[in-house]
Formats: sequence, structure tokens, C-alpha cells
Amino acid sequence: MKFAVIVFPGSNCDQDAYYAVTHVLGQQAEMVWHKDASLKGADVVILPGGFAHGDYLRTGAMARFSPIMNAVRSFAESGGPTLGICNGFQVLLEAGLLPGAMLRNRGLKFRCEHVHIRVEHTDTPFTLRCAPGQLLRIPIAHGEGNYYADPQTIASLEKNRQVIFRYTDAGGVVCDEANPNGSVASIAGICNERRNIVGLMPHPERACELSLGSTDGLVILESVVSALTAV
Amino acid sequence: MDSRIIEQHGLTPDEYDRIVVFMGREPNLTELGIFSVMWSEHCSYKSSRVHLKTLPTEGPQVLQGPGENAGAVDIGDGLAAVFKIESHNHPSFIEPYQGAATGVGGIIRDIFTMGARPIALMNSLRFGALDAPGTRRLLEGVVAGIAGYGNSIGIPTVGGEIAFEPLYAGNVLVNVFCLGVAKTADIIKGVASGVGNAVYYVGAKTGRDGIHGATMASAEFDEKSSEKRPAVQVGDPFMEKLLLEACLEVMQTDTLIGIQDMGAAGLTCSTTEMGSRGGAGVEIDVSLVPQRESGMTPYEIMLSESQERMLLVVKSGREAEVERIFDKWDLHASHIGHVTNDGMLRVKNKGVVVAEIPNRALTDEAPVYHRPMDRPSYLADAQRLDVNAVAAKGYGACASNGEALLALLVSPTICSKNWAYRQYDHMVQTNTVNRPGMGAGVVRVKGTDRALAMSVDGNGRYCYLDPKRGAMLAVAEAARNVACAGAKPLGATNCLNFGNPERPATMWQFAKAVEGIGEACRALGTPITGGNVSLYNETDGRAIYPTPIIGIVGLMEHADRVVSGRFQGTGDVVVLLGEGKGELGGSEYLKTVHDIVAGEPPAIDLAAERTLQELLVELADERLVRSAQDCSDGGLAVVLAECCFGTGGIGVEASIAGVQIGADARMNEAAALFGESASRVVVSTSPDRLTDVLQRAAAKRVPAAVIGQTGGNLLTIAVGGRVAVDLSVDAAERAWSSALERHFSKRVA
Repeated sequence: MKFAVIVFPGSNCDQDAYYAVTHVLGQQAEMVWHKDASLKGADVVILPGGFAHGDYLRTGAMARFSPIMNAVRSFAESGGPTLGICNGFQVLLEAGLLPGAMLRNRGLKFRCEHVHIRVEHTDTPFTLRCAPGQLLRIPIAHGEGNYYADPQTIASLEKNRQVIFRYTDAGGVVCDEANPNGSVASIAGICNERRNIVGLMPHPERACELSLGSTDGLVILESVVSALTAV
Repeated sequence: MDSRIIEQHGLTPDEYDRIVVFMGREPNLTELGIFSVMWSEHCSYKSSRVHLKTLPTEGPQVLQGPGENAGAVDIGDGLAAVFKIESHNHPSFIEPYQGAATGVGGIIRDIFTMGARPIALMNSLRFGALDAPGTRRLLEGVVAGIAGYGNSIGIPTVGGEIAFEPLYAGNVLVNVFCLGVAKTADIIKGVASGVGNAVYYVGAKTGRDGIHGATMASAEFDEKSSEKRPAVQVGDPFMEKLLLEACLEVMQTDTLIGIQDMGAAGLTCSTTEMGSRGGAGVEIDVSLVPQRESGMTPYEIMLSESQERMLLVVKSGREAEVERIFDKWDLHASHIGHVTNDGMLRVKNKGVVVAEIPNRALTDEAPVYHRPMDRPSYLADAQRLDVNAVAAKGYGACASNGEALLALLVSPTICSKNWAYRQYDHMVQTNTVNRPGMGAGVVRVKGTDRALAMSVDGNGRYCYLDPKRGAMLAVAEAARNVACAGAKPLGATNCLNFGNPERPATMWQFAKAVEGIGEACRALGTPITGGNVSLYNETDGRAIYPTPIIGIVGLMEHADRVVSGRFQGTGDVVVLLGEGKGELGGSEYLKTVHDIVAGEPPAIDLAAERTLQELLVELADERLVRSAQDCSDGGLAVVLAECCFGTGGIGVEASIAGVQIGADARMNEAAALFGESASRVVVSTSPDRLTDVLQRAAAKRVPAAVIGQTGGNLLTIAVGGRVAVDLSVDAAERAWSSALERHFSKRVA
């Protein structure tokens, strides 16, 4: 199985995703430069965290124009499992592959810390191995992770079971105090209607080894391996 | 030349005369500008150089000592740890966000310029009293600036320290530290050599920002300082990320002779220093330098401190390879000149020579001053401490030593700095083993079993009361923090923040501090590999505390043996290594509870300190301890509290020996609880390993006493058999962790 990790200028979690996939998971991965046209036969695409093109205009706003995004779009639209982490999620929103937008964190400060997220639905390639309602302790690190969409969109996300991760407290309860950035409905991650594209603000690749404080992120990467092996 | 122009350039009449002698003629304005920045205190170290020469800089582990962009030590497997600390005090006071951000950008460039990939950042910050006007704005700006730059470029900020003292109100300190890892064989230096080799300029375009930044950093502040805002540069972390990746890629080829970043004094400093190190000359044409604004003069181009720029010397014939790599990253590499053999810095504008100066005149022959020194008159009074008199005046608002502990835990210097740390991405690169707020920061080195620990420390109050001992204590504390994590201290870097060196009292403080650093670094086996001096930290004639900040880097062979600073479970035995003598001089206790800064800082026996550190490394390596935390600000009581914090409420029941420092019983108890005697560490161990721990301590003649056991949810400390502290861990932790934010909301209200 081969992962493609897209490298935009300004990506800074690209190496971390590559390391988690290859070193921890033992899968193959290739770094794909944003000016490339092809995903080189990858089975899974990861859009990593960082500050693509500096994010000076709006997070992810420039990255969607990178040449590789044509290939990412056809891959994702044809059902290929695609994961956007943090800035990668922001890019997916800007590219219209997922609905909604990101605002600056409530409190206006960058936040980096471990948070708890609850797996709302397990029928995506990235949550297949999770138990329904499973709690994951995974770090966030962002200044613009305040997910927003208009009420109709939120209603349709909820109705279609597209909210995949929500911020909760350590007991798994959704509450305002446990919402680190002010996201509508404590949304930490969503998927598209077809359920193959998942974007989330927390960093599963940072929670794959015990020495770094948590291995709860591993299940997200392991899920997609299972998803593809099962086919 | 008009004497007013000379003075505006920060040059003395004597220095000007010297320039005329070197040149054999009057300099033109561009040349004067070049001299003024290269001979500024910031670039020339003219006041400090004679003292810095006395520092130990050698050791078998040292691969690169002072004089290059950064220092380097051997960490085995053909790898080197490359690190340095630098100040960005003056710009951060004038424009906190950009000042701090560009400080981070500058130190990162110093590291990757050496061919190392930066893997960790730290910082040491000083502000005025937390409730003083302006402190909050400066603190928020500096922290946001550090976060804005480090987070974006993707280098984790793994720790540091923040302290508040009224004397920093007019001169904040922003010292930033960066650590990188390089293959030893790939380390590259800032040299220009080989006649005809090409000189390339890469990175951001040159603008008018930062002209005379180095000169600004070499003068005191006064009421007109805010007018100097245009001398602060603006940072672009995205540009630097591209530069970082592109430069590291170019360094993988063997196309480069040397490389240097353009920091203070920009193009001027990089061209002259590279030429000087390589014993060569450099000729450039400023019309070829990419410019952000039109109509810039050669003077402005040479003196601009625009950020994110690099100067490369490329082997003749290999230019296309280099250009191709930079093109990939959408960076334009401009061929602006070449290396010559005449030892001159020659600046042309469209082919016409506009400045021509011997490199040596700008570097090796820059003025060196043996400035007069005089022991400051305040010292005799300040060092006197009569604890009985202090006790007689009462204990302020604190009804007991238990309340005094709570007051210390919420004091701005001791309270949790999580408010700042969680604004820093401290986990990117997935190497961070010990996170901020736990003593040393620790990052693993991917591809090996090893980890690197680092700590930055300094105590301005100690140095004010005794600069030599204060500096020794700073070195010892930084090294002890690293050893607590389990790492063997390998090397040091220093950032020396002082007032106006033209005052004999300041110069005396400086000389004594350097003496102390030298002695401690020799004794602890941590040579100085580089650093930075920041003088003129004065406003309207008032200087900061003399504040040497020491960064220490240590190596551990096994990343999985890193020791935490926190208790790991209940039922563990708590052992105090080292002995408390109830030293209250210069302590946080005296300041917080009695509002007194007086006395002599704690004594230090460097040989005993070294043995203690060796013991800590051994205990970690043999997996004999579960936690280790050094005693510093606030003494043993504060450390015991901190060991409980972040554990989910694990308590401790401790019983420590009493001390007698005076006639007042409560003061004696306070001395046992809050005295800051050096060379002490609180470790915890499982009961079955206790004998082993005590035997190893005895073998090294390190005093070790069982002082308690972890468990319950209370922090209880008895002194000489009498319970002096009895607090709920949860309540104490809530107070400690929310103190900064509570303070801010109070101010808003």
C-alpha cells in the first residue's frame, strides 16, 4: 500500500506524516511536490499540516491552486481515501472538497495541546477500526481551527452523519469548556458525502508513539490500511 | 566629514581618526556607514572581547567553538548538535511582535547556515513587573511573535523561562535559543575563498527596514526610542522556511564554499566576515541586489537589515546547479559578485566603485576597549541581610508559611507559563519527549537511539547581588536541569545582557559574570561554543539587572530513559539529593513575601555540583529514578509542589530537616522551605530501588535523604517534625496554573 504525502511550500508536518506512515505503520509513502502533476500511483493521499504558501491570504487559500491539486481532486472525487490534517483540512475546505470554512480560534491565540476527540462515525476509511464513540487523546496545534458553516450546511452534515470527530472533555462529553477553538457544534473533523475524504484539525501523526505522549492517533492511519486491505 | 554625521553614526572622534588612518583618506558616507555598523558594539564586541577571550571554548566534544554562525558538539554516530543563543532585546521593546519574531528567524538562520536542520527552539524572557503599565502588551506581543515565527516555520519551541522584575520594564530581554542536528562531515562555514568564485544573494528582497539596527542595539533608550521603530525589521517565516529547505538541499551538493545569513548589519557584515574568515576579498555590485523599493542608495542597501536573506559563495562553474535548486523553491538566487584576492570589501554600483575598505579594518582591526571597571557602590548595602530585622518587620499578608507557599506559587516568576507555552507549537517534528514547563526540553534524534536535552537559565537578582556567583549559579542550574532529564551536559552557549559598558560599575558586573561563567563551565565540562552580548540595556540611565543567560545542551544515549520532572505514581519514595542550608539571599521568598532584594546569593561548590550531575545521569541511565526536578526559585517547597502538578493530583507527604539562620522560628522554617541552596534535586524512586539509589549517592558522596512518599491528594511538608504546609494539590495547582490569566483578567476589569 502506498501513501502520497503532498508537500506544499510551507508544509511543516509533511515529514511527520511520512515518518508515522513509514516508520511506525510500516507502509510505503512518497513525498509529492506540489508542482507535480501525478500522485504516482498512491492508494491514500495525505494533505499534511503546516502553513502552505505561508497562509498569509487565508489558510489554504493559495494551496488549492497548486498543480498537484488537480490530481488530488480527481483522486478524491473518484473515491480515493484522502485525509487532510490541520492545514490539509483547511486546504480541502478551500478547494471545495469538504464544506465549510475556518475562522480564527475563539480567543484569537494559537493553541497547541492534547485534546480529546470523540469518534462519531466509524464508516469512513479513516475511522473503520475505531469503536463507535471511542475517545482519542490527540494534539491540536492551530490558530485557525474554528470550524464554521451556515446552519443549513451544519444541519445537512449532521443529517448525513458527516461529522466524524467532535471535541469533548476527558469523559467524552461535548461541552463548551472542552471546545478549544469555538468550532460550531464542537466539530473537530468531517467527511464528504461519499465518506472517502476526511479532514480534521487534530494531528493523528503526532500521537503514534508512546514516547511522545499518546498512541491514539495510530488507529486513524491503521483504519485506512484495513479499509484498503479489505477491498 | 561633519562631526555631527560621525556622531549620528555612533562613532567617537577617536574611532573616526582610526578610520582615516586605515583608509589613508576620509571615508565617504557609504564607507562611514559600513564602519559604523561593523564597529558597533553589537558587531565588534569592542567592550566585551577582552573578557570573552577568557572563556573556555575547547574540549574533545567541541567541533566548532565561537566565531562561526553557531557552535557545534559531537553527539556520536557522525552527528553534531549545532546550537546558539542570541538576544533581540532592543527591537522587541520597540515592536514586540516583530522584534521577537525576527529574533527567532535570526537564530534559526544561524543554525541552518551551518548545514544543520533546526529541531528545537527555546527562549528566555524578562519583563517588568507584571502589573506595570505596558508589561502585558510587551509579553503578549513577544509571545505571539515567537509563536508566529516558530510555529509557521515548523520548529518546536520546547521550553524556556519567563521572569518579571521591575528593572526590565524599560528594557525587556528576549533571548532565543535554537538547536539543530547536522552530519559532522556536512558542517559548512561562513567563508569566502577561491578567487573568481561566485557570490550569490538568495532570499527576500532588500528594503529600507532595519537600517542601523545594529547601531540601535548599541545605544541606550530614551524618550525618543519609539521613533526608532523603522529600525525594527519585519519577519516572513514562510520565506525562511523556503530558504531553510532550499539551503539544506543545496548543501547536499558540493557546490558551496561557504554560506552566511544576513543578520545584524546585513550585506555589510556577511560580505566582510566571510571574506575575512577566508583571507580573501569580496566584490559585489549593489545594483544586482534584489530590491523591494526603488531609489535605494548603496548606503541603504549595504546597511539594510531586511530579514530572510543569505549570502552564498558558489564554486565557479557550479552556478547553474545552485540556481536550479533555488528555482524549485521559487527563490531567486542572484549572482551579485565574486571573491577576490586583495582582501578588500569592494562595493560597486552599476560598475562604479562606491566603497572600498580593507576587510581587516572592519573585523580584526575593529577597536578593542579595556573599559574601566569599578565595583558598584550599591553592593555593600545590597549584600547585607539581617533576617532577624526582616522577621521583626512582619510577614505582610501571609499568615503562615503555608500561605507563603501559595503566594510563591502564584508569583509571576514561579507560576505556570502554560499560557505562553500552549501558544507555541512544541510538538511539530514529532520529537518532543519532555514538553515545556518541566525543566529541560528533550527532543529525540530520529534515526538514532539518542536524545538531546537543553535548558536556558539565568537569575538577574542573583547577578545583581553577586555577578560572579550569580553567573556560576546560572551555568550550574542549566546543566543541572539537563542532567535531571538524564542527559550529560556537553556544551554551553551564553547571552550576556547588561547595561552601558561605558559605566565602570556595569563593566565590573560584566567582567565578574564572565569570570563566573568561565569558572563554572570549566568545572562542569561544558565549554562555551558561542553566544552573543547585548549591552546598553538601559533606559534613561537605569540599567537592567546584569543578566547572563546560559543555554546548555546535553546528550542521552537512550531516548527511552528520559526522566520526567513530575511524580509518576503513588507509593514512590521521595529523596532529596544535596543539602539545604536555608540560604535566603536574593531569594524569590524574600522578594515575594517581604519585598526585599538583598543578601548574598546561595554558595556553590562546583566540584560537588559536577558529582551531583554525574549521579543524575547514572541514575537515569540505570532507570533507577522515576522523576527528577531541580531546586531553584522558591526552594524545596516549590519544587515539591511542582513535582505534584500535572500528575492528575498525586500528593506527597514530606518531612524535611529544619535549619537555624536566626532567632525567629517562622523565619527559620521559611528558610528550610524556601531557601534556595544550590546543587539540590528532588528525585522519586520506587521503594525496591531506594537502596540502590542511596548507595550510588553515597558512593559519589552526594548527600541523599529520604524526605517522603508520594500519594494521597495533599501536599504536606513538615519541617523538623512540625507540619508547616498542608495544602490540597488540586487547589494549589489551580492557583499556580491559572495565575497569569487571572492576573490579566484582573487588569482588564
